Formats: sequence, structure tokens, C-alpha cells
Amino acid sequence: MMNMSKPDHTASKSSAAQTKESLHSTGSAATRISRSLLRMEGIEKAFSGVKALKQVDFEARGGEIHALLGANGAGKSTLMKILSGAYPLDRGEIKLHGERLEIKTPTDAKRLGIHCVYQEVDTALVPQLSVAENIMLDRMADAKQRLWVNPSSIQRMAQQACDQLGVHLPLSHVVERLSLAEKQMVLIARTLIEEAKVVVFDEPTAPLSQQETEVLFRVMRRMRDQGFIVIFISHRLPEVFGECDRLTVMRDGQHVFTSEVADTNPDEVIKEMLGEPFQEQFPPRTSNIHDVLLEAKGLHAGTKVRGVDLEVRAGEIVGIVGLVGAGKSECARLLSGADPMQAGEVRVRGIKLNMKDPADALLAGIAHIPEERRKEGVFVQESVRTNITLPILNKLTRIGFLNRKQETSIAERVIEQFGIKTASRETEVAYLSGGNQQKVSIGKWVGSDAVIYIFDEPTKGVDVGAKRDIFRIIGDLASQQKAILYFTSELGEAIGIADRVIVMCDGQFVKEFGRNEVTQEQLLFYASAGREE
Amino acid sequence: METSYRDKLLQFAFRYGAIIVILGVFAFFAIKLEYFFSGSNIADILRSISIVTFIAIGVTFSLIVDGFDLSVGSTVSLTTVVTASLMVWYEMPLFIVIIVPLLIGACVGLINSFFIVRFKIPDLLATLAVMYIVAGIHKTYTKGYSIYNNMQMTDGTKAPGVMSNAFLTIGQGEFYVGNFTVPIPVILMLLAVAAAHIFLAYTRFGRQMYMTGGNEEAARLSGIKVKRVRTWAYVLSGICAAVGGILFASRVGTGQIDAGAPLLMEAVAAVFVGFSVFGAGKPNVLGTFIGSVLIGVLVNGLTMMNLQYYTHDIIKGTVLILALAVTFYVVKKRRAA
Repeated sequence: MMNMSKPDHTASKSSAAQTKESLHSTGSAATRISRSLLRMEGIEKAFSGVKALKQVDFEARGGEIHALLGANGAGKSTLMKILSGAYPLDRGEIKLHGERLEIKTPTDAKRLGIHCVYQEVDTALVPQLSVAENIMLDRMADAKQRLWVNPSSIQRMAQQACDQLGVHLPLSHVVERLSLAEKQMVLIARTLIEEAKVVVFDEPTAPLSQQETEVLFRVMRRMRDQGFIVIFISHRLPEVFGECDRLTVMRDGQHVFTSEVADTNPDEVIKEMLGEPFQEQFPPRTSNIHDVLLEAKGLHAGTKVRGVDLEVRAGEIVGIVGLVGAGKSECARLLSGADPMQAGEVRVRGIKLNMKDPADALLAGIAHIPEERRKEGVFVQESVRTNITLPILNKLTRIGFLNRKQETSIAERVIEQFGIKTASRETEVAYLSGGNQQKVSIGKWVGSDAVIYIFDEPTKGVDVGAKRDIFRIIGDLASQQKAILYFTSELGEAIGIADRVIVMCDGQFVKEFGRNEVTQEQLLFYASAGREE
Repeated sequence: METSYRDKLLQFAFRYGAIIVILGVFAFFAIKLEYFFSGSNIADILRSISIVTFIAIGVTFSLIVDGFDLSVGSTVSLTTVVTASLMVWYEMPLFIVIIVPLLIGACVGLINSFFIVRFKIPDLLATLAVMYIVAGIHKTYTKGYSIYNNMQMTDGTKAPGVMSNAFLTIGQGEFYVGNFTVPIPVILMLLAVAAAHIFLAYTRFGRQMYMTGGNEEAARLSGIKVKRVRTWAYVLSGICAAVGGILFASRVGTGQIDAGAPLLMEAVAAVFVGFSVFGAGKPNVLGTFIGSVLIGVLVNGLTMMNLQYYTHDIIKGTVLILALAVTFYVVKKRRAA
């Protein structure tokens, strides 16, 4: 097994920075960060029996920006959540400067100087308080501090933190009026107040503009030069190669690769992220493609979907791949009328739809199997039977009354046809496994008049066996001349199942490939904001 | 995962708890009180809960779509005085006397759902506000006086009409089956329970209401017009409350001011007791009826044991909080599973 996490004691280009003293001026003890070294050794973590992390070693040094890379589900977020105390670890050790840390809760992590700046900045901010108060929030909430809050000292300390970062923030404004980028800065400034030693940035650039991204990197570089350990989770290779010092790649819950950024290149990193091409079991399928069923032109919604044109034919499976945050779900929701579109039009068999509600899309034959199945796809407290028959109730009804016999037989048929593993048709869906819940979420459309199926990450959180079933079901639908749209961040799936693969990035379709014309490496290149020369 | 002994016990308590408590309470009173377990007393109990059961059915509808209708009590108050006034002040025929309050109930439901569906005001807050508005309208309408036959009007004249006998039969009439007295409102209540149960369990619209309440976004993506469903739930709730108001007027033979205010809490308690009947875990009409019976039995028995009427709210409130405790504790456990 390849394991390259052992620290290589080659000279680090940031050694000069490591000797620099921190500019911390808050609190009594100005923390001295020198030769700092964070090591995570043999980290293991399982979620209800499924191993998410297997013997992971990870190391980051003071005075470097360390990129953590990996495809979806590689385990990088899990690893960082363990570091920041959000998840307890099953096995392994975390050491800072060779000293073993006991991290069981987020409070432990913060006390030890490990902070995380999450993408959802609003969860950590109090919108009605001022910027200065938000920067000082943990300090103000600390019971051990003095009882009285002194506005001028709050202002002063917040200002010092901003100066240290080299940013300007309107300290007396309320936070709810700030832009997202500014809110991130508030959280970063807060980590300084809390005497952070390690700061983890979890995909911070995804929602930022080019200019805001540059400001963020300036701040990160400054923190690096002041000796912080900066860990940067990102999908965007150009950023990693432009801004980071070292990088670590994870795959399938394991550490696979660590290198100085200068010693590697994007191709190698992509190869490491994908590993040996894993052969999923896709059912053999002969495409039989006919007329255009679904047509979309110039779809727009906010910054998430920016001008999407699309055509899907009967019997065709179109895979749309993109990384998390590329706008796939948003695009799917526009097509099914779940969200209103700001511009653009959708046609089914050439007829323009006026969609106010998913019910309107359904009348035209568009079915949407959403990504968040527990939240949007199934009714967990209802039985398998009632879940399955919901979209076709009107067919089971006579003068308003349901035909229970017919309903039962349809439910039984779908359960058998899809191989849904359930104690009985009356079992609440909450008791089914993820894969079987997903089959219910798909199976309910079987008896309906849907001709266009929009799948959003249909294999998310689904085991291998159920995955194979789902691929088979989707293949069957295509052979029945349905039009299939398959939104996924699993590149291999799109290649395996689709007749055409379209790459989506930052709300736009950037590249299209025919069947067997493309490799995962190429898809990942375009999906991670790569551009043709 | 293995269910612990404690969890099993909890599930059992959830499933059969309400029934066991009712049977226990019933047995206790039957042994303790000589006349409790007699045909006439049982008829009394059922008659006493007939009005609140109608209101509780309405609350059940609003809870099924994951809402909450606080305005039902005020709707009862308003429709009671309107019903009485239509006869006493305006001498209207029976048909109008019944139709107008029902329309008022439907209107209150429409107003509730307008603010909830259109402006996305949380159900509790929207119906709280409407509750006060409707209560205010009913006081303004009557100028604060109860309405009775040939009442003295503020301008010194006497009101021209009286509550008709046909109308009073709705709430006071009874007929006899062998030795048993069967009050007409009890028959109406049983019919309503049966109709609502069939509606919810066996019709498409009933199913859609449950699905909307279970997961609004999933229902929407499945093609259900969730706004329309929620609107209907509140309209039905308002109509049920209006029936309660009509029955109240007929029962007491006057248009009492503030008649409905105390009924809200009782109805809500009945619905939440109903949550746990047979482990349904969601609002259901049969459960609501059983919850209503439980409260009726408790109040009747304790009254016969010389407990004063002013203690009744303590009993009803206790039933409500216990039902809520069981429901939320067990439902939360289940969700975590």
C-alpha cells in the first residue's frame, strides 16, 4: 500500500517563516509559534460500520499553506472534522509539536488552537451584532472573562486582529450587511483573537468572485508568513497550484500522496485523486435514441445557473458532471419547476412549458428524483406503499376514493421489480437503508406518465449492490424510450452510464463528450475550472 | 440494532398508553361511583364532548398538514352569537341560520391560510393573530352582550325573535333506543368522526393532506399542489369550528359571549392524546375522538366526585402536557432511529 505520509525532512521553503514570531498581542501570553508541526497518525473513523477513514496519516507544518485534495467521498472533510472536534475519532493520534492532543469536542479543538472556517459562514455569526463584536464573540461569551463588556477595548482588539490580517473591515457595522467574503474575514479575524495555531479553510473560495478570492489568498499567505498552519480544502486545482506550498491527496478514506507543490503537476494530482479506474458494474446497454423530448434554452438563476442550453432525446441518457457547488442541483430544480427561473425556457416535445410548480412540469412528463432524498424525495414516516403510489393517486381514484386493492398490487409490483428490501409494503420508509429509500424515490414514478427523468446524485450514500440495481433501473427506463438526465459528481458513473457527458462548472456547461470519448482525468480537468489553451 | 428493554417498554406505552389510561380511569370511576357506569351517564359524557370533538376534528386537519389552528375557539364564539342573532335579531329561517355560520367558519379558514401560504407566516403566529381578530369581531358584533330570546336591545326595544324549536332540537334533542337515551348531537358527532376518518384514510385528498404535512417539499416535487392542500385544511378546520359554534348555540339555547375560548385547549389536548392512540404517531381522527372521550370521562367522573368546575382547566392542562410529553419524547426517539 502506498503511503507517503512519513515526514520528509527536506528543507521547507517556509522555514524562514517558521522562526518568525506571531504578532499576537491579545491576551497575556503572546503565543510563540515556531517549528510547529501538526501530525495526525493512524486516524480511523467509521460511520455505522462503514469505514470512512482507514489508517490516515496527515501532516502539516507551520508556515505553509497545505492543500488537502480528494474526490467526493475521499474523506478529507471527515478528517478535518475530526481535527476540529466535530467528530470523535475511533482510533489514532493527533499531535501538535509532538504533544498529544485530546480532542473530543469542538471546544477542545478551539482551546488547543485549532479552528475551522466553514463554508456556511452564517452559522457562526450573530447577524445583528457589529463586526467588532462578532470578531470578539467567543471572548465575550466566555464565562471566565470579566462581566462587563467594554466597547472601546472590543473595538481596539478587533482592529488589531484586522491589522494583523492586513484587511479593512467596517468594525461598527452590523454583520448582516456584509458580503459573504467579508463575513469570512470576520471569522478569520476571530481565529486570531482565539490564538489559533491551526486554521482549516473548508472550500472557502467556492462562493467567491475572482477579486474576493485574491484577497482571501493574500490573507492566507500573510497568516502563513506569520507561522500559522494553514490547511486549505479545495477542488480547484489552479488555485492549489497557484497558492499552496504542499498538498496531500486522499482517496477512498486513505492518504495516498503528499508532495511539495513545486515537485508535482496537475496531471499527477488528478491521477492520484482518481486512482486505479474502478470498474463499476454498468449493465450492457444498446442505445436507441429518437426524437428530442426535452429542450432548454438560456436557463438562468442567480449565480448558480448561468446560461444553460440543453437537449435530451428519447432513449438517451445524458450525464451532467460537476463538482460540489457547480450548480447541478440548481439546474435540475429549474428543469423540474421546483425553483423559479430568472430567464430561459423549457420545452417538452417542442411545446413551451409555463412552470409555476413541479405539478406543471409533471403534467408535461418531467419527474425529478432529488439529491436530498430524506428531505425532498421520500416521506420517512409513511409506508413504502403510500410513498410509491403518491404520484399516481389520480389513477387509483374513483370519485375521490382510493382503490386500496389496486394500490397494494402496484406497490407490491414496484417493490419486486426494483428489488426494494423492506420488511413489508407497510413498513415506514425511515426503517429502510439509503439504497432502498432511493429505490422508493425512483420507483414511485414507474406507473406515472413521466417521460423525462431528472436524477440528481442518485447513488449518493448508496451501497454497491443497490448502486448496480439503480444503474439497471435507469438503463431500463432509457430502453423504454424515456429521456434521462443524470446529474452526478461521480465522474466514473457518468462515463459508465451516459450516452453523452456534459461538464458543468460555475453554473455553466463548459464541455461535452460523446460516449467512450472521455476519461475521468479529462472530466476532472474541466470540472475543476481547467480551460482549454 | 438491538432494541433495549426500556425502548420496548416505551414503544408499548406509546402504542397502548392512551387506551390503558382511558380504561383505567373508566374502571376507577365505575368502581368508585355508583351511577358512573349507567346508560344515562354515558350518554351525558358523550353529549358533553360532542361540541369539542367537532372542534378537535378541525384542529386535526390543521395538524395533519403540519400546521396549527389556534383560531378555532374564537370561531366557535363568533359563530355561536351569529347563529343566535340570526334568529333572535333577524328572525331568519333555519336554512340561513345554519349556512351563514358555516360560511363564516370557511372565511376564517381562508384568511388563516392566506397569511400562512402567501406570506409564509408561521401557522401558530398567523392563527394567533386571527384568533384575536375574530374574538374582537364577535364582541363588537354583540357589543359584549349574550344573545337570548326577546332580549332587551340597547335602544330600549325588545328583540323580535326567539330561538326556534327546530333549531334547539339539533343540540338538545334525543331519542330512545330501548332503555338508552341517544342525544342527537352524539349521533352528529359519531357521523362526523366516521366521515372524517373515511375522508382521511380512503380518499386521495386525505392522503395528499398527510403527505403534505409529512414532507412538504417531497410532496411538491411529487406534483401535489401543497398550497391548495394547506388552504383546504384550514377551511375545513374553520367549518368544523363553525359546526361547534352552531351546536353550542343550540345546546344552551342562547348566544353566549366567549363560548369558545375554553374549548381550544380541550380540543388541542384531545388531538395530542390521539397522536399516541395505537401508536399512530400522527394526527388521526379516531385518536382525536378517543382523546376527547378521555377528557370527557375525567371531567365527568371528577365532577361526580365533587371536584369544582374551576379545577377543570388543571385537569385538561395536565392531560395535554402528558400527551405532549409522550408524543414528543417517543416521536423524537423514533426519528433518531
